[in-house]
Amino acid sequence: MTASAAQPLLSVRDLRIVFDGRHGPLTALDGVSFDIAPGEILGMVGESGAGKSLTGTAVIGLLEPPGRIAGGEIHLAGQRIDNLPAEQMRRLRGRRIGAIFQDPLTSLHPLLKVGDQLVETILTHLPVSRAEARKRALDLLKEVGIPAAETRIDHFPHQFSGGMRQRVVIALALCAEPSLIIADEPTTALDVSIQAQITTLLKRLCREHGTAIMLVTHDMGVIAETADRVAVMYAGRIVEIGPVEEVTRRPSHPYTAGLMASIPSVHVRHEHLNQIDGAMPRLNAIPPGCAFNPRCGRAEAFCRENKPGLPLSGHAAACHFPLKEAAHA
Amino acid sequence: MRDNVTTLTQDQAMPQPVMIETAPGDDIILDVAAACCRFDVSAPALSRLFSHEPRRILRAVENVSFTVKRGTTFSIVGESGCGKSTLARMVVGLQRPTEGKLSFRDIRRADGTIGPPRVQMIFQDPYASLNPRWRVGDIIAEPIRELKLRSDEAAVQQRVGDLLETVGLSRTDASRYPHAFSGGQRQRISIARALATEADFLVCDEPTSALDVSVQAQILNLMVRLQKEFGLTYLFISHNLSVVRHMSDDLAIMYLGRFVEAGPAEQVFTKPQHPYTRLLLDTIPDVERPNRERRPMSGEVPSPISPPAGCTFNPRCAQAANRCRVVRPELRKLGGVEVSCHFA
Repeated sequence: MTASAAQPLLSVRDLRIVFDGRHGPLTALDGVSFDIAPGEILGMVGESGAGKSLTGTAVIGLLEPPGRIAGGEIHLAGQRIDNLPAEQMRRLRGRRIGAIFQDPLTSLHPLLKVGDQLVETILTHLPVSRAEARKRALDLLKEVGIPAAETRIDHFPHQFSGGMRQRVVIALALCAEPSLIIADEPTTALDVSIQAQITTLLKRLCREHGTAIMLVTHDMGVIAETADRVAVMYAGRIVEIGPVEEVTRRPSHPYTAGLMASIPSVHVRHEHLNQIDGAMPRLNAIPPGCAFNPRCGRAEAFCRENKPGLPLSGHAAACHFPLKEAAHA
Repeated sequence: MRDNVTTLTQDQAMPQPVMIETAPGDDIILDVAAACCRFDVSAPALSRLFSHEPRRILRAVENVSFTVKRGTTFSIVGESGCGKSTLARMVVGLQRPTEGKLSFRDIRRADGTIGPPRVQMIFQDPYASLNPRWRVGDIIAEPIRELKLRSDEAAVQQRVGDLLETVGLSRTDASRYPHAFSGGQRQRISIARALATEADFLVCDEPTSALDVSVQAQILNLMVRLQKEFGLTYLFISHNLSVVRHMSDDLAIMYLGRFVEAGPAEQVFTKPQHPYTRLLLDTIPDVERPNRERRPMSGEVPSPISPPAGCTFNPRCAQAANRCRVVRPELRKLGGVEVSCHFA
């Protein structure tokens, strides 16, 4: 923690999540540590099954059996939240941590008017009257850019388009002015032009309200456009973390480098795309040592035996032989 | 005299082998002429009678014309609801055009036979397009058995094994079920099934959008290799501009059922002329330019049931003038690229 002298808003240390299955426990998340500063957007990127959504689920306290936190700590503004009783966690959720999920249609109640859903959420968390809550709901809808909010407030979710619905979900997450929002694939279900509108909106809200966002997505492009810092996940671990420009331009973990090179460019046409052969290991078959070693071109005997650690510094990679010394800012 | 005649016909027949050797891309394989697809989405007749509602017609595809050259990739790009999948379904014959004509030209195959190309489709979701209760071997063998492409069962099994190896899987995978495979491997199985018919023309509807980027790269590389190896022609449907850039020789940008810009991919990408193409290129997230400031496109795609008058893009266009709200621009040729914009 050299860069930020201020206390981090969210601090996750050595988080370990285990699923108890029929064939013994499966470790889905292993030794995940990261910080999010107030007002910062941290991108979590990785392939399906890498554990990025699971990290978000654990932070917001929605992890369900057979999954359980088997180790580590989660602190929100200095308060430990991973071991809170369910009732306390329920009060914290929505009030201090908001959530935005991928599919806006399933995160909204189909039979309730949008305004009523907002008012209900506001009344749950804030000591205001119904009239004040409705006024606040209207302000929120205006703020997230819903045209003719005065009439739209009394519409049902199905009367909105995908992009507009996602704006409503964002308004819902903002109801109680949380200091942290977990956004899990918030733009994946949307078209590119609408996607750009939503990421711009998230960035603006983050700036204006000082809200921190943990942005979980598989789309490196969205991260590059939106996030301040990025954490790259692979097989339940963070393999590289650092400022977005550094990680995308000078990746230091071989996996990140391979991932970046496999994204086709819009600017030039290449004959052949770089591909990382093989696939991410299943949870029950994570190789010893560095989990990436069977697919890594730089792997040596040392990598097959020793698990690389991830230093908590500006730009760091969990690799014994990083592509170049990660820059310490 | 009679001998002479024979010689003459032989002479005439002579140029034909030369035709085969023409570079891929010279001969047209698919010709789409003014194709339209409209759906009647009106309320039931009785309700219309009571509420005095007119008929409502959804114009999914309107007056689309293009040709695809053999051995090349033609891509169709657009946002959801622009009609790109309807167009793909018309090409494979799953949807009849309301107006216009789609025709495949006869081609000469490597084995010397001449006939219309065999057309197959690869779908977006590899989890939904494979029967979960069938073994992979049976999934791939079904078209071979159905079209009687092999005479006996041993030859069918041999062919299935070869196909699995062609797409980068192992022969022994034939006895497993789809659930044992990851998304990328399933998409390889879909490709093997399409190739099983000895297909010449593949319609690929978002073949990689359900896959992770590193797996996407594997599938795209496989598709490029197969195209070179078997001289395949692809009609590639996608909303992902960087994937399209990687794959296409020619491309068309679709908006509300119409082509707004079409031409050689390189030209469209380096010199986009339609404001929609430019905005689309400007709004895609770009890993090469992190945290750039940009101006997102305002508004949303209007409903294809009641498209705006004039140019359908005018409500979202920064350049729109009065003429754009009244007169619909026709596609016109501008240096190799067709553009429908009054100001291009």
